[in-house]
Amino acid sequence: MNINQLLQHALTGISVGGCYALIAIGYTLVYGILRLINFAHGDIFMVAGYFMIFSFAVMPFPVAIVVTLVGTTVLGILIEKFAYSPLRQAPRMSVMISAIGVSYLLQNLATYLFTALPKAYPAIPGLKQVIKIGDISTSLVTILTPIITILLVVLLLWLVNRTKIGMAMRAVSRDYEAASLMGIKLNQVISFTFAIGSLLAAVGSILYFTDRMTVFPFSGSLPGLKCFVAAVFGGIGSIPGALVGGFFIGICETVIKAIGLSTFSDAFTFIVLIVMLLIRPTGLFGEKNIDKV
Amino acid sequence: MNKLKFKDKINVDLLIYLAIVVVSVIILAFLDMNKFEYNYAISIIEKSLVYAVVALSMNIVTGFTGLFSLGQAGFMALGAYTTAILTIPVASRPNVYYMNGILPALENAVVPIPVALILGGLVAALFAALIGIPVLKLKSDYLAIATLGFSEIIRAVIASPMMDKITNGSYGLKSIPGFKSSVECFAFSLICIVLMVLIINSSTGRDFKAIREDEIAARSVGINIFKTKELSFVVSSFFTGVGGGLLAMFMRSIDSKTFQITLTYDILLIVVLGGIGSITGSIVGAFFVTAGKEILRFFDEPLVVAGTEIPLFKPGFRMVIFSILLMVVVLFFRKGLLGGKELSIKGMKKYSRKKEEQNIDEGGAV
Repeated sequence: MNINQLLQHALTGISVGGCYALIAIGYTLVYGILRLINFAHGDIFMVAGYFMIFSFAVMPFPVAIVVTLVGTTVLGILIEKFAYSPLRQAPRMSVMISAIGVSYLLQNLATYLFTALPKAYPAIPGLKQVIKIGDISTSLVTILTPIITILLVVLLLWLVNRTKIGMAMRAVSRDYEAASLMGIKLNQVISFTFAIGSLLAAVGSILYFTDRMTVFPFSGSLPGLKCFVAAVFGGIGSIPGALVGGFFIGICETVIKAIGLSTFSDAFTFIVLIVMLLIRPTGLFGEKNIDKV
Repeated sequence: MNKLKFKDKINVDLLIYLAIVVVSVIILAFLDMNKFEYNYAISIIEKSLVYAVVALSMNIVTGFTGLFSLGQAGFMALGAYTTAILTIPVASRPNVYYMNGILPALENAVVPIPVALILGGLVAALFAALIGIPVLKLKSDYLAIATLGFSEIIRAVIASPMMDKITNGSYGLKSIPGFKSSVECFAFSLICIVLMVLIINSSTGRDFKAIREDEIAARSVGINIFKTKELSFVVSSFFTGVGGGLLAMFMRSIDSKTFQITLTYDILLIVVLGGIGSITGSIVGAFFVTAGKEILRFFDEPLVVAGTEIPLFKPGFRMVIFSILLMVVVLFFRKGLLGGKELSIKGMKKYSRKKEEQNIDEGGAV
């Protein structure tokens, strides 16, 4: 493997990692507040892919992007309202089963509506443009992904640390009951959290599928689980942690595929999870409470 | 005197259960004799029986011990592959391993089917014991995701090129000897289910339930939490492994894609619909879901009413129905069909007695 190939793989890894980071933030935010692994998050990401395919077919692409982002956000809020909020007082296992149920439902619904065959993802003008840096050729989206990811994370950190709703989110994640006693409207904060998580998943979905070019009903399930692992790796509840975790998983996965062990690339993610849970269950940044959302 | 009566009663119940078994065997034997006519029914019954075993084994760990484990598919894969490797007839092995050849040590390794099933269970149990040591210390949702992770790792290892000579890698295994008759399938499943019921109702089973209800209280009455959890996990995985072996026999050919996360979700669906923590719930649930999926197959075919095709009916519709059903049960009937209760002769007697009393009471009031 020469230096150019290495750089090429590194670039791909960073790009995939950026998408993973965006999804991982959704897990981390929801887990921080509800202590729930939102198993449906990966499928929200998949549905966002379908939103893009169908809106792109009938409207110009800037509008289609907006429709995808809004549609996915609304979907996230609705799922929370219908599937999770009735179970606030229920044991955690029930909520988790409900999350699995939503995931199952979204996958089956997508299979039913759009068939199990992969559908072509539209090429957003400009994003697939080939760029040459020295001997490395890559597409614009590969370079754009990490930049967008980091920008969004900075924005999110500002939101969480500097605004009133962000303060409410931190309060709820620290102590659920005390926060509600202080007059914080729990349901609003939770809806807002789901909205942000889904919005970021939609952005991630646009960047991810532009590179992959096809969407099928199960294309969200494995990336979803991997991103959860990324969130755990970085320290669940921590936004910078999710970012680092996403990049770490993305890069490692690309390297493993590059050295010809692609059957193990998925298994590797779970090995990371188990090792991390054993050595440091709080994750890399787990103790920094200030970012815990 | 009193004691004797009590004993007699139990024996009567036992006799009724035995009678149910005998009647089932007779029905199955009848179906077997007319195999060509009832092929479809037989396959539904066999599949339900296999799923009943796996669902009940999942219930031991999830419903009775309160540990949310999502590793079912992985343990089933271990059991299924062990059973398959040890039972595929020697003559057809070159044909199965045509791509990569077979490990010389396994070339002639054939054991009788029951032994292969038990070995499959033991392999799954061994892995569960190893996995359980680190994983069972985790909290509920981390446990779920870690077991799910292990299940995926097992699947990846099975499909990897390094295992080609043992598991045939991504080509999968075929020519697995199936059930000779549905009675055989019934016998294997029944033995598993009876053993699991005995364990659940034993003092160990009561330890499981104590941990589920309140871990701290269980610890304070002297239950070794970790050992008991580990035991529950191992026992459950043993039967999941056997169930995997039975599934391999039912399907006749398997590959690593058979044991994806969706399989675990399918079993979870059965356990949740039947009622978490209900033995009979899992069994009834297995039949309900398996038969339901087959019967609702017409939902997947285009339906034409009065010349117009109803657009709702197309492939995938029945799975949508099942997912909605699952969500309805999770949200509104959190306890499932049976809700932690059991169907039993005793319960039915109690119920009918209550009804009678009610009738008498009502009669008195009028």
